[in-house]
Amino acid sequence: MSVLYDCRDRFAHTLEDLGRANENLLALCCDTVGSSKLAAFARSFPERLINVGIAEQNVIGIASGLANGGMLPFVCAASCFLTGRALEQIKVDVAYSRANVKLCGMSSGMAYGELGPTHHSIEDLAWMRAIAGMTIIVPADPIETELATRAAAAFEGPVFIRVSRMPVPAVHREDYPFKIGCAALLQEGSDITIIAAGVLVSRALEAAKQLVHQGISARVLNMATVQPLDREAIVKAAQETGAIVTVEEHSIAGGLGSAVAEVVVSTRPVPMRILGVPGVFAPTGSAEWLLEYFGLTAAGIQNAAIELLQQRGRI
Amino acid sequence: MKTVLDTRNLAETLTAYAQNTRRIALKMICASGLGHIGSDFSAAEILTTLYGAVLRIDPKQPRDPNRDRFILSKGHASGALYATLAQAGFFPIEELKTYMQPFSRLNGHPDRNSVPGVEANTGPLGHGMPIAVGCALAAKLKRASWRVFVLTGDGELQEGSNWEAAMAAAHFGLDNLTVTVDRNLFQQGGSTEKTIRLEPLVDKWRAFGWAVREVDGHDPAALLEAYSAIPFKPGCPSCLIARTHKGHGVSFMRDNPAWHHRVPDKKEMSAALAELGEEIRS
Repeated sequence: MSVLYDCRDRFAHTLEDLGRANENLLALCCDTVGSSKLAAFARSFPERLINVGIAEQNVIGIASGLANGGMLPFVCAASCFLTGRALEQIKVDVAYSRANVKLCGMSSGMAYGELGPTHHSIEDLAWMRAIAGMTIIVPADPIETELATRAAAAFEGPVFIRVSRMPVPAVHREDYPFKIGCAALLQEGSDITIIAAGVLVSRALEAAKQLVHQGISARVLNMATVQPLDREAIVKAAQETGAIVTVEEHSIAGGLGSAVAEVVVSTRPVPMRILGVPGVFAPTGSAEWLLEYFGLTAAGIQNAAIELLQQRGRI
Repeated sequence: MKTVLDTRNLAETLTAYAQNTRRIALKMICASGLGHIGSDFSAAEILTTLYGAVLRIDPKQPRDPNRDRFILSKGHASGALYATLAQAGFFPIEELKTYMQPFSRLNGHPDRNSVPGVEANTGPLGHGMPIAVGCALAAKLKRASWRVFVLTGDGELQEGSNWEAAMAAAHFGLDNLTVTVDRNLFQQGGSTEKTIRLEPLVDKWRAFGWAVREVDGHDPAALLEAYSAIPFKPGCPSCLIARTHKGHGVSFMRDNPAWHHRVPDKKEMSAALAELGEEIRS
């Protein structure tokens, strides 16, 4: 059993580190000091932790104004409320205004499990993707969370980062060269490509490992940047492997799978399978149980890959 | 629009500028066939006073880090804003002819990345206040002396985001922030009080921790006097409720919500221009 990590820890630690180097960096939150793990940041920089209370629309507008005033705001709030409640502010005050604001959607996906669909954030990628000029990063593990946070700070413009609270194993080495807009090829393969993001990346790798036993060579791409997409890596995967399975902790409408499909159909059409939450509100259950329920497991990915290849008569 | 020390002369000058703003906005709207006359006319003196005599800004350096920030929360009054910005020297008056024409940077609602002098992209209501709070907070954090002004409509105060921002401004002690409420008593569909009551509006702002004053929003001398007194109370954000009339300046438009976004025909345009003091050439 590998060691599991809560990406919020690395995120918070990185933010504090960045804060030390840049006195204009601020952490904004909506009574979310605890859930965003900002207590240490608040101790180090009490003046630069701006808690606006339970007011997501307000926090986004304030962040935009702070950016206008030369500050570098990182807004840390539960992804479900941050994106859903403040969607128009994100569109207008941040993206259309090209404000240098970083949106950190904490506890994204179905991490809140039993708390129910109100607290699940499985629409955030679709909402953010529809907004022009929004960079979207879904890190898979602690190191990628750190690198994405650093990259967001260095990038001029709006960025949305999903920060999961679901325990995940490390899939990247510490010297992993993360770059916004570049997919990471985690495993070479020639029969099919599995494209994953976030907490599903380690499961995609596990699925690829199992597929080897069935004589299937699966390529695994970590598509951490959902926008702008690494089109080149997708086209190459379609060309070289001829089939694609995408997997994400998100609704199948409008997320990573949709984004990949948009590239595939207009460049190199190949059969695809999009794994995610299929247009329903989740039943009651833990985060782990819900991923299993929706087939978002190594076994589920493996089965989807086999079915897809069987349907195409390739096995 | 140079700042002049003689307040009485200044007020007269500002009144003349406000009338000019109305004439320009009217022509822009008639040419494009789109716009919000009622709202433009309501805010003309407020905008003119701010840009003519209050804001510390330099049209040649619209992004000077230490400039005062003005945010038009009622973004649909873009006609009046553009006319004011052009008169203040942010871009050529000639360009106003492109208002809402294809590829013009003078959109129906202001875009800070296209139009010099625009601080915030507004249009959806209830956005200006939170942005203004952020700007004012940035000044406090940077120990900078710039001030922040935001102009809201009155109907838009029905948006809850304004009150989230109002709470935060008072909590953070933003005495470098002033909101002016263009209190013309009308919104798109009719009277604010018949739609969703705002009164007692002064009490509401006071209850949220703001220092409040009321003023005749069409009297530059009164506006100047009020703005010269900010912050109205040390440690508190200031709220100026400007009593105005929608469509002010043209008798048949005044207090008539039909002119929220109606476009005058040729006859109405001539009549309106005559009332606004334009010399008619035959």
